[in-house]
Amino acid sequence: MDNIDRQIINSLQAGFPICDKPYQAIAEPLGLSEHQLISRLQALLDNGTLTRFGPLYHAELMGGALTLAAVTAPEDRFAEITDLINAFPEVAHNYARQHTLNMWFVIATETPEQIQQTLTAIEQKTGLRVYNMPKINEYFVGLKLEA
Amino acid sequence: MLDARDRQLLERMQIGLPVCPRPYAEIGHFLAMSEAEVLERLTHLKQQGLIKRMGVIVKHHQLGYRANAMIVWNVPDTLIKQLGARISQFTFVTLCYQRPPHSQWPYNLYCMIHGKNKATVLAQLDQLNTDCNLGEFNQEVLFSRRCFKQRGALYSSNTDVSREDHG
Repeated sequence: MDNIDRQIINSLQAGFPICDKPYQAIAEPLGLSEHQLISRLQALLDNGTLTRFGPLYHAELMGGALTLAAVTAPEDRFAEITDLINAFPEVAHNYARQHTLNMWFVIATETPEQIQQTLTAIEQKTGLRVYNMPKINEYFVGLKLEA
Repeated sequence: MLDARDRQLLERMQIGLPVCPRPYAEIGHFLAMSEAEVLERLTHLKQQGLIKRMGVIVKHHQLGYRANAMIVWNVPDTLIKQLGARISQFTFVTLCYQRPPHSQWPYNLYCMIHGKNKATVLAQLDQLNTDCNLGEFNQEVLFSRRCFKQRGALYSSNTDVSREDHG
């Protein structure tokens, strides 16, 4: 990745235009041709630096629901608990964290009712208490992981 | 508020925008929709807020952001809005939420910092505590040890989880 790639990534994080030639619109301010931008972008996608372009949907407005949940998985059951939790298709991601509450995961469902059902099912499967921490408010942050 | 054509379009879009000169025309081609209709519908969906933003999903790890910390504070309810608004202004803060406290987990203000390494993240946390007068409140820093599972947004299950963390 060189400086031009970094500029491309930073520029794309600011947003992607909805117009007939969006890549050209992005290429121009970077001093690139549309073709140069497209081939660099393809390379960044191919080597896994970028996962994809596309829309980020507003889950709640779409009728869906999300929550953040955590459990305390005993060390001797850690791998088993990981597998049990990850097997739920509703679990979108799952992180081990350094704390007594050592496993944190996001649950995403098509309807708000399914959140509680999934939490209950996880408690039944694992025998662990699941802490539910749904978002009450989100404070807007710009997107800026500088490349 | 979404019609069938919108749903088709959103579903198609979730696999990602083609990397070619007229990507919206190409999307439309699969749906028997003109480029103009695709642009019009997407613009409208964005105005309505159903599409939060169009953009790129970066892999934090690939960009050298190896340390990912969730920081939680227990702050008075009367201050939470003001503090959330301030914290979210810092460029290194990638997410900021109010969440309900539990008796054994009394924290109500959450933020994420993605940093190049632990020392940087801790220095950034110091800065937050100092600049926002958060130092007096109970807090914890939870660094991630491992990411077990991470999937992108799947419209079929109505999710918006591409930003790696915490919807």
